[in-house]
Amino acid sequence: MNRIVLAVTVSSALALGACSRTPPEVTPDPPQDVVTTPAPTPTPTPMGPQPGSQTHFAQAMQGADTIYFDTDRYNIDSEDAAALRRQAEYMLQYTGSRATVEGHADERGTRDYNLALGERRANAAKNYLVSLGVPESRLRTVSYGEERPVATGSNESAWARNRRAVTVMITP
Amino acid sequence: MRKFSLLTVIALLFSAPVAAQDDLDPSGMDEQEPVATADQDDDGPLRGTVTDDSAWQDLGIAIASFATNDDVPTPANASGTAALGLELARVVYNDLRFNGLFRPVGPDALPRPSYAQITAPAFGTWRGRSAEMLVHGFVRANGDGRLTVGCYLYDVALETELVREGWVVSPAEWRRAAHRCADLVYSRLSGESPFFDSRIAYIAETGPKDNRVKRLAIMDSDGANHRFITNGQSTALSPRYSPDYSRIAYLSYVDGNPRIYVYEIDSGRQTLVTDSPNPTFAPRWSPDGRWILYSMAVAGNTDIYRVSASGGGSPQRLTSGPAIEVGGSYSPDGSRIVFESDQSGSQQCYIMDADGSNQRRISFFGGRCATPEWSPRGDQIAFTHIAGDFRIAVMNPNGRNMRQLTNAWHDEGPSWAPNGRIIQFFRTERNSGDTSIWQVDLTGENERRLRTPVGASDPAWGPVLP
Repeated sequence: MNRIVLAVTVSSALALGACSRTPPEVTPDPPQDVVTTPAPTPTPTPMGPQPGSQTHFAQAMQGADTIYFDTDRYNIDSEDAAALRRQAEYMLQYTGSRATVEGHADERGTRDYNLALGERRANAAKNYLVSLGVPESRLRTVSYGEERPVATGSNESAWARNRRAVTVMITP
Repeated sequence: MRKFSLLTVIALLFSAPVAAQDDLDPSGMDEQEPVATADQDDDGPLRGTVTDDSAWQDLGIAIASFATNDDVPTPANASGTAALGLELARVVYNDLRFNGLFRPVGPDALPRPSYAQITAPAFGTWRGRSAEMLVHGFVRANGDGRLTVGCYLYDVALETELVREGWVVSPAEWRRAAHRCADLVYSRLSGESPFFDSRIAYIAETGPKDNRVKRLAIMDSDGANHRFITNGQSTALSPRYSPDYSRIAYLSYVDGNPRIYVYEIDSGRQTLVTDSPNPTFAPRWSPDGRWILYSMAVAGNTDIYRVSASGGGSPQRLTSGPAIEVGGSYSPDGSRIVFESDQSGSQQCYIMDADGSNQRRISFFGGRCATPEWSPRGDQIAFTHIAGDFRIAVMNPNGRNMRQLTNAWHDEGPSWAPNGRIIQFFRTERNSGDTSIWQVDLTGENERRLRTPVGASDPAWGPVLP
């Protein structure tokens, strides 16, 4: 569980470089545990991470596993679409892969509404993946509302990083 | 729990004062000196802290240590019933001091009356201390191990007794007798319904903002008898006591998805509110306990449903359409429901009949209207007003006369006291995300923080205990 959360944190931080919509003052506040648990030092297995695994997916996506939303919005803009196309290509290439789309909201909302909003966002991303040909049976959604922020500040840039949908591979 | 309830029923049979006088010792009339003027103020930022006579405002109420006929050990207090009498009065004092109506003075600043004086107060002494009202009480250990607690309210100027009551309680429930006494005094003097003898369910929070542990917990209305119910391995949110206190509906991620469970307090068993793979959240009980409202997202679209609280029966969908409809709170008579929807483009408050018909928006005052909660008295709806910052506000059920009661960066989630005169909510601190439970009266002028062992959010105040 922790492993997954860390991977997501790293990838969403990376995503900021590519994502112009998030007002990303990429406050380089890397969570300390990311530093202390360095990403799997390439144990020189010739194979690398297992295709379809979260590690493999996150490496392949380079941040495109996360899309970002404006306040109270859940529409897929062109930048989100590009990221979701990369996700879809991956899932269509690795036909055994299954994924959870996690929907999140920032802290500047009320708890129940944020759960509903996270549902909307996760489903918006999922529906887009399905429209690109990913079988619906390989996708599930979960909303975490405002409960799992990746950026802990109380400012616009932190909130922008937290209003997100993250695609996470389900370990086979 | 069951046993305690039975005892309080027995309590109603008790006519304390007469019985008490049988045991009184007329020789014990000497007035004792004040024990101490200890400052009991350890509840965080408060206003109106009063520790001496000169600062009395409004109605001065002296709450003296409860006397005992015979200082004997009791499971309720290792030092004996005399020490317990002081504790009882302290509980009454702390209940009464924060509601804006009274300026009570507690037992640590007052002389200790003798057992005989409980029914024959030394009025001259109390007049000299500028007390307008006087609370006396006694505690007596019974042969069967239970305790008899008597509570008396006197008008000092008139030298008359205004009200008296007595209760028989198990030692474990001694604080309830004190809360009942505070309720008796509060009701008699204010004309309002009682509320101190009640409990609160909430979410206890620990850990950093990006790895917060959230546990279901319960406590008495004054924060005592605190108990964690879940261990924190999975996130728990938004609890609501059933009206009879037998169950708590709350959200848990225990199976990885957000879903409402109904937890039985006695057995510790819990069941899903509805047998559906869809996420469910925002549980609410009907006032008669027969229905549970919940919100469920189907393919990303959240609507409000109701289901029989006794299990079985198919859920009934109350709202429809592509907008988010969430939450909901019944009017006291159960005929209507106030809820929130973003169908207008932002969160606003709406009212519908209990079957989902006659939906109409009521909030038109600018800003957003979220988490509406109908007052148990029916005359007000409390909600989270979002206009820049998040504040607790109230309005009439027709949406008029909106008034903000708090002013902080992020106050959210109002929950009414059983008498509809005080509102609890939680406050989130900027950046740290630390949370705490506060309460405010309807004037907005009397606000205080509740003491909890750790961070606290999502308070849900239950009704007066049966």
